[in-house]
Amino acid sequence: MTTTETPDILPRILDYSSRADPYPLYAELRRTPVALQENGSYVISTYRELTGVLHDPRLSSDVRNLSRPMPGAADRAAPAFINLDPPEHDRLRRMAMRHFGPPHTPGLVAGMEGELTAVVSGLIDDFADRERIDIVDDFAYPFPVTVICHLLGVPREDESRFHVWVNHIIDAINYNPSTDPQEKLTNGMQATQDLRQYLGGLLDQRHGRPGDDLLTRLANDDGPEGRMTDDEIVSTANLLLIAGHETTVNLITNGMLTLLRHPEVLQRLRTEPDLVVPLVEELLRYEPPVHIIPWRAAYSDITVADTVIPQGSQIMLMLASGSRDPARFDDPDRFDPDRQDNQHLGFGSGIHLCFGGPLARLETQIALNALARRLNRPSLIADPPPYRPSPVLRGPIHLHIEQS
Amino acid sequence: MSSATTLKGFKRDGRIVIVGASLAGLRAAEALRDEGFTGSLTMIGDELGEPYDRPPLSKQVLTGWVPAEGTTLPRRRDIDAEWLLGVPADHLDLATNHVRLADGRRIPFDRMLISTGVRARPWFVEAEAALDGVFVVRTREDADGLRRAMAAGPSRVLVIGAGFTGSEIASICRERGIPVTVAELAPAPLVGGLGAMIGEVAADMQRAHGVDLRCGVKVTRLEGDAQGRFRRAHFSDGSTVDADVAVVALGGIRNTEWLRDSGLAVGVWGVACDSGCRAFDVNGLVTDDIFVAGDVARCPNPIYEYRFISLEHWANAVEQAEIAAHNMVSTQADRWPHLSIPTFWSIQFGVNIKSVGVPTYADEVVVTQGSVPDHRFVAAYGYQGRVTAAVSFNNAKWLDHYRQLIETAAPFPPSCPTPDQPADAKPVPVDFPGPTLLAQGATVVVTGHDPGERRVTAMRQHR
Amino acid sequence: MRIVVDLSRCQGYAQCAFLAPDAFRMHGEEALMYDPSPDDAQREQVLRAAAACPLQAIVVDRLEGRDAAVEVSP
Repeated sequence: MTTTETPDILPRILDYSSRADPYPLYAELRRTPVALQENGSYVISTYRELTGVLHDPRLSSDVRNLSRPMPGAADRAAPAFINLDPPEHDRLRRMAMRHFGPPHTPGLVAGMEGELTAVVSGLIDDFADRERIDIVDDFAYPFPVTVICHLLGVPREDESRFHVWVNHIIDAINYNPSTDPQEKLTNGMQATQDLRQYLGGLLDQRHGRPGDDLLTRLANDDGPEGRMTDDEIVSTANLLLIAGHETTVNLITNGMLTLLRHPEVLQRLRTEPDLVVPLVEELLRYEPPVHIIPWRAAYSDITVADTVIPQGSQIMLMLASGSRDPARFDDPDRFDPDRQDNQHLGFGSGIHLCFGGPLARLETQIALNALARRLNRPSLIADPPPYRPSPVLRGPIHLHIEQS
Repeated sequence: MSSATTLKGFKRDGRIVIVGASLAGLRAAEALRDEGFTGSLTMIGDELGEPYDRPPLSKQVLTGWVPAEGTTLPRRRDIDAEWLLGVPADHLDLATNHVRLADGRRIPFDRMLISTGVRARPWFVEAEAALDGVFVVRTREDADGLRRAMAAGPSRVLVIGAGFTGSEIASICRERGIPVTVAELAPAPLVGGLGAMIGEVAADMQRAHGVDLRCGVKVTRLEGDAQGRFRRAHFSDGSTVDADVAVVALGGIRNTEWLRDSGLAVGVWGVACDSGCRAFDVNGLVTDDIFVAGDVARCPNPIYEYRFISLEHWANAVEQAEIAAHNMVSTQADRWPHLSIPTFWSIQFGVNIKSVGVPTYADEVVVTQGSVPDHRFVAAYGYQGRVTAAVSFNNAKWLDHYRQLIETAAPFPPSCPTPDQPADAKPVPVDFPGPTLLAQGATVVVTGHDPGERRVTAMRQHR
Repeated sequence: MRIVVDLSRCQGYAQCAFLAPDAFRMHGEEALMYDPSPDDAQREQVLRAAAACPLQAIVVDRLEGRDAAVEVSP
């Protein structure tokens, strides 16, 4: 029997005090690959079991398949494809993909290389001669925000408005009714409404107008499967706006932090820029931006590692733990940019594999190469740095460094 | 070569000959060097040039995107081999451990790997096969010839045989706007590999793309003009089709003729071997020094009642090559069994068709996910109440789950519903045209992930 | 350069087709077609694509630059 009660490991992981280094707790958690929690939910933390359920068609992403409703679920607007199952998920993702990637728009991301490089250069120019830099506020946040705003067709100058909403939304992702103040949930729900209303306003102006941004293209789509409804477009834009920068901020910041902790790798990167390609894959394994898929639902009984998870159960997937599983990766706690066998879970797996992964990769590769090249003997001011609250989208809230 | 010290000597300076220098042969050579074999390695192949990949020949090459000579296989490492190319092996002497080449040269070995693969089955009338415009597709020369014929703007292409290769070629014709007739003896395309239900879907797909699909007919004669150019085909139902190009896609013939008098267990299905890729002799005794891998190997699979299975699958060639290589330089106790679940793919009419398991080893099939009319679905195959295979159309991301069901001998039909299972999904007879399968035998489960840890455990029956 | 993709592993995530669109193309929603001998000018993109494959199914030649010695007989 692999299921046992593990009353305190998960709460300890979720507790803010573990944010800087949750990995030893993940190791403890992996002793029970499928761990039943006091509230009846299940936590999966080992690589084989995670990849197994991520390809299991009985694992639902739709809250309506949970036997105990999610707090606030009833008030939710049309879910985005991340929270839907086939065939709806497939249809909406396909329709969004028409304007972002292959097969319909194959060259978009690769063609952004010049633009990404220019944004990065501009940001670094602004702080290149300063001694103290906050990698988050000066660079890792403004870079992907600029990129996703341009791609989506959201005015960059509105950033201060949606920044607050996005923070509330992310805080509420892992809302726990037994430990968190009700305010965390209501703020998140209000912020979702505000952001939807804002995006809906932008969408209203795009109908019937030409334009290359995603919002305009979705509003005027004439593809084989027709056009998304306005509700669906707002949900999709909402998802892409949030996921399009929040995760990349963490990936770039975690990357810089990891390089500063491994100066020999940082030094290599200066002379071997191609190293950045496998290095970003290793980052996605070693310090991924998304640590947890907070919930999935068992559509019917699912047997995982000899444990029967009953229909309707809530299942939490500890992706970052799976990517550190010694049963799958040699020496998993070592950061090794030359690692050969690296099928990490950094972007998940299966039909919900990160929609924007290719863009996030390219952004991070360009960002880290530029930082390595242009910063002069950088060092950390505080290690560990202060972290953002979320255990789900995990990363430093600031990363102060010094250079000479 | 049973003792560890002898093996050590063999790994250091033994002689290994690999007959068949294509995918399986190359991957075996690379794996042998990875395993630390430092002795002499000889690669024998009947085609000139470095090993190349064949799947693109019926796809990217025919569209004109990739030149036929552009599919040379990448090297994963240096293999430091002596290459004897352009002359086929024509005899194996097990008494003295020599391979004889067609030019009379004799190549000695301590251990040998047979990976001579398959060649295209030619049109059965030699004079008709020799007509200009009649093609098979197996080698890069074949593919290049067909590509040029397609580029010349033929009035119509006739594809004889609607298996995977024939269907892929028909798909390319339509992509290039070339009128195409497909003739198939069975009631539908792909029926021999995937059964009647999928066959119907494949037939719909072909017709929707404008293929003139004629099933249940046999091509009886290929007619040429005075210049020896193919012009017309005659069918068993009395009809005819005028075309400039005929592609004979009637499957393959295993290259085993050179082994006829070798004393090995050789037949039309290839060279029989154990699950460790060691060849059997005619008496059914396993040999110590002769190994087999790839399309030419016929290997018992415990998951499928220990039946001997021959597969013309890319991944099977790679996996068997690696197992064979490992076992060639390992002691009995360290040998690995070849236990991977077969996987296969075909790309046609814009659809990615994939399978896991052995779909022909089934009595029933059921659609478990998606929509058949949209050509986006998964179908599970079952035999005597357990899952034995699955096929996906543009739904490959789910197949790992079905692989698990096969490995764990999960009950069929799969009992648990999924969010997008069709409401009317019921198992139907799989309906292969060939002889029906025999009675139920052993049921096993497979455990382990890396080749070195995969093992079989017997289990009790579901029914 | 030479590459081969193990299409029996490929699940059609299309990450390669995003990052090296000249060498990797999606044929429909899920089927991958690729150029087994892409031009050296595409090298950087192809290496990015190979690293990004979630199935690690893209094999890139490791002997590049060195001519793999193939002796032709007779």
